[in-house]
Amino acid sequence: MRPFDYQRAERFEHAAQLVGEDGTRLLAGGTNLIDLMKLQVETPQTLVDIGRLSLGTIAEEGDGLRIGALATNTATAVDPRVRRDYPVLARAILAGATQQLRNKATTAGNLCQRTRCYNFTNIDQPCNKREPGSGCGAIKGIARLHAVLGTSDQCIATYPGDMAVALAALDARVEISGERRSRSVRLRDFHRLPGDTPWRDNVLDAGEVITAVTLPAPVGGIQLYRKVRERSSYAFALVSVAAVIGIEENRFTRADLAFGGLAHKPWHDPRLAELLVGSEPSLALFDKAADLLLEDARGYGENDFKIPLARRTLAAVLCEATGVEP
Amino acid sequence: MAISINGQDYPLPADPRTSLLDFLRREAGLTGTKKGCDHGQCGACTVLVGGVRINSCLSLAVTHEGDEVTTIEGLGTLAAPGAMQAAFVAHDGFQCGYCTPGQICSATAMLQEIAAGWPSDATEDLDAAPALTDAEIRERMSGNLCRCGAYPNIVAAIRDVAGAEA
Repeated sequence: MRPFDYQRAERFEHAAQLVGEDGTRLLAGGTNLIDLMKLQVETPQTLVDIGRLSLGTIAEEGDGLRIGALATNTATAVDPRVRRDYPVLARAILAGATQQLRNKATTAGNLCQRTRCYNFTNIDQPCNKREPGSGCGAIKGIARLHAVLGTSDQCIATYPGDMAVALAALDARVEISGERRSRSVRLRDFHRLPGDTPWRDNVLDAGEVITAVTLPAPVGGIQLYRKVRERSSYAFALVSVAAVIGIEENRFTRADLAFGGLAHKPWHDPRLAELLVGSEPSLALFDKAADLLLEDARGYGENDFKIPLARRTLAAVLCEATGVEP
Repeated sequence: MAISINGQDYPLPADPRTSLLDFLRREAGLTGTKKGCDHGQCGACTVLVGGVRINSCLSLAVTHEGDEVTTIEGLGTLAAPGAMQAAFVAHDGFQCGYCTPGQICSATAMLQEIAAGWPSDATEDLDAAPALTDAEIRERMSGNLCRCGAYPNIVAAIRDVAGAEA
């Protein structure tokens, strides 16, 4: 690990002031950042420890729920309100990582974990995300876990988190505090596609700090998180589907779907809800939804299987939610 | 400016790069906690901080000022082993033993998590008290790898302690 200057932020304003400086990174749970520092992928000059700031509260706000930036993944997943009103979020968190990691990992840290692949984490390999202009070692290389939607010729890495996929289905918002202004963005717009700037995983500008994630009023319905992976625990998703489904009189009244493992960000396609809502559930309809979802999908050899896998996983989730026989 | 480990205070390291794991082994001389992958994937370094299990390899020691850390040495001694330690011996919950301190720390915290009603990925009903099935134990212990494959006996040891506590 490269040497760095360690500072503990005693107040939020202190952290916010420091994070605007070049070479400074905020340290929360550290489960991704410290790992990447050991690999010399991340080499901050200054590490600002914000772990003791009071940003971990989970509280009702309006009709919804506000999850503080430093609430641990465990605290969120075990919260009785989350389990009752937003079960897809509890399920997604519990499907990720291990208990040891979830005990340390925080809400904001989880959102800011790097979108990455094994070329990004290996400094001997080319990677446009880690070293702009060095090339992509995954395109035409080992690309089993890589993206099939929203890729660019610069980067085909996938956002590896589960929590954010559920937050995308729930249409959560990310509250951001900056030097000049505070703003809030939809989680669906928080992470970025790689385009020509694959080193930018999300829309945070220099000096901006996430303060909370807010959930809208509970919508009930059937909430599912299905994660397909290569072993039954502690593995990234090959494909995951978060679903918040409403059905009345055998027609969809709600079909909020988000996907993990397919893209550089949690994938949400508003056309799916437009197609499904008002229609009667059927296998033919689910197939049409998959056609829309995967219209522009592109495999890179080793990950070609993700395209039919996403189709089948979507159908399986919709069958489970609606009772249609698979 | 100290970290409490098994009830004894140790001064913080001078180098902020020192992981809690390296601090325990090199500076506190407590070599029971093991370094496996050093990247949070194997669980050999699992310790309890304020009773909560974490990977000590992915945590900087300087961030633990004032924290109370419990390692395998804090869970019992040769003369007076803790319940989980005794159960691992009784059930042959290991072969080479390298992952064992992490397994035992993890299992100790896991039973407290179940008692507190925390669900896991294997829990069918998020609102009900989790049952102590083999599937639950295996899922909850999935952050601790054992290359010797002693898993069936690890599960048996944990069930034994849980049964005694129930």
